[in-house]
Amino acid sequence: MSGQPLLLVRDAHRDYPRSAEPVHAVRGVSLDVAQGEYVAIVGPSGCGKSTLLNLLGAIDRPTRGSVTIGGTAVSTLPDKAATRFRLTNIGFVFQRFYLLPVLTAQENVELPMAEAKVPLAERRERARELLGYVGLEARADHRPAELSGGEQQRVAIARALANRPIVLLADEPTGELDARTGSDVIALFDRLNRDGMTIVVVTHDEKLAGAARRVIHMLDGQVIRDEPLLRRA
Amino acid sequence: MRFQLAALSLRRHASRTLLAVLGVAVSAAMLLDMVMLATGMRQSFASLLGRNGFTIRVSPRGTLPFDTEATIGQARDAAAAIKRITGVTAVAPVLGSTIHVLGGANPVTAFALGVDPAVQGDYQLLQGQHPTANALVASDALLRATGAGIGDTLDVAVGFDPQLRTYTGRRRVVVSGRARFTYLSADDRAAALQLASVQALGGADRTDRVSLFMVRTAPNVDPEAARVAVERTLPRVTALSTAGAVAEAEHRLSYFRQLAFILGAVSLIVGFLLVTTIVTVSVNERIGEIAIMRAIGVSRSHVVHQIVIEGIGLSLTGAAAGLILGLFTAKWLNSILRGFPGLPDAIDFFLFQPNSAFRALALLVASGIAAGIYPAWRAASLPISATLREEAVG
Repeated sequence: MSGQPLLLVRDAHRDYPRSAEPVHAVRGVSLDVAQGEYVAIVGPSGCGKSTLLNLLGAIDRPTRGSVTIGGTAVSTLPDKAATRFRLTNIGFVFQRFYLLPVLTAQENVELPMAEAKVPLAERRERARELLGYVGLEARADHRPAELSGGEQQRVAIARALANRPIVLLADEPTGELDARTGSDVIALFDRLNRDGMTIVVVTHDEKLAGAARRVIHMLDGQVIRDEPLLRRA
Repeated sequence: MRFQLAALSLRRHASRTLLAVLGVAVSAAMLLDMVMLATGMRQSFASLLGRNGFTIRVSPRGTLPFDTEATIGQARDAAAAIKRITGVTAVAPVLGSTIHVLGGANPVTAFALGVDPAVQGDYQLLQGQHPTANALVASDALLRATGAGIGDTLDVAVGFDPQLRTYTGRRRVVVSGRARFTYLSADDRAAALQLASVQALGGADRTDRVSLFMVRTAPNVDPEAARVAVERTLPRVTALSTAGAVAEAEHRLSYFRQLAFILGAVSLIVGFLLVTTIVTVSVNERIGEIAIMRAIGVSRSHVVHQIVIEGIGLSLTGAAAGLILGLFTAKWLNSILRGFPGLPDAIDFFLFQPNSAFRALALLVASGIAAGIYPAWRAASLPISATLREEAVG
């Protein structure tokens, strides 16, 4: 661990009701993630890693147990407060980028700031800064359809960083990218972590998992192994 | 950014949005036309009757003006008695008759009104002078049929007996002017003469008789009170106020209004369903995007507002286009219906009344808001994680 605990999960369960028998997607997971950590959650498809990520991101609530982020028990927050919490504290990156196709790269990055009521001039400047950080300043006025998959994902990362979140959560961020652009995203995550960002990433990508400082293995909704990796030079 | 996102979402499928707007415009035009039709005839009729300030029509008891050939006797005394009623400012006697203009191969038949040119409200002089004792003013249709013009002399006869082939009265009169007759259609052959001339032409049967009196009341007097006073003063007459005449007309036109109401309601429902469908389809296409927006912290209210704004945008644009389209179609339909034989020239079927029209269009826009609520509610209620999972699988 490289700092104070930022994410605390205690005996979290997530069941999905089905007509025959409920599906136990997450079963009794407990874990801590410290500030500044770079954690990869790996495991076979359907093992519950994306569900766990959704619990960590206050997108979903545990059926039982608790999730605390930065001292806030997000698992008990009402919807409005949880939404606000996600907006200001959590950055999300998804496999399919999901940029709004009608907005330019710049406007996509500005969207969370607009929602947070950041003044226009300030969000313009911050969006430019973030696009510069991910190497896409020159593509600011392009719409997603005019960007490559790797570029779209980098815009999505810039969007995730817009409101200066305390943690970045990524679900298969290299899943739709080829090896070269996937490497660019891995390098970007590495740089972000070096700059102090706490990152939790769910992935099948061994290269991405290998870049993390800690790897959590899941199987059948449970954590089966939690191994810190040596920080590379 | 909500307005920007809503506008961009509508522009995303420009052709679909355009078609939806056209659909709403047609629906709005139909709604507007039905509102104009529902109120137009009534207002138009009321306006027609209210011209020149006449508020009461007095006809032989049990009849409506010019419903029958019955007349009111002792007209001079009756007029004087009406004039004495408090609040009455003027009494215009009118005697209707059929006249024959002789001279050509076939006599030209026309409708003649005997009036007092000083207080009459039956015609508007377009050219020339009001009729003197041996003169008449004629409608353009009568002038065309007789080939006469102002200053020409016509041989006019009244009371044709087909067996004896004689007339009860006949005299030569000069055409002193051209006139538009307020209560007749443009195609009607009509003439106005002095009351005494028409009475004289009608012979003994028409001496001191009139078909009706038109009565003008002071602005501060309740016409209904004056109407009651007229009937009390002259038991052999029926007095009808403009409000009463309008109510009677409204009763007779109630089928028109019901039809207009039903068709207007159908237009409103069609507009509502159209907007709901388009916005719902649009939301279904963007369900993944909406789930992502919610995941990154965009509030439910933002999602609801954005989608409702899309519905309002469609409705407002459609309503604006529908206003123009509705005015054009109303004008066109009005010109067709006004061609109906025998209708007064001044009657309009479709009358644009800003208040009614804007109320109807406001109703359409309100239905647009309601139309956006269902898809907005669906979008805002999405279970984020389940939707993301389904989208990822899909």
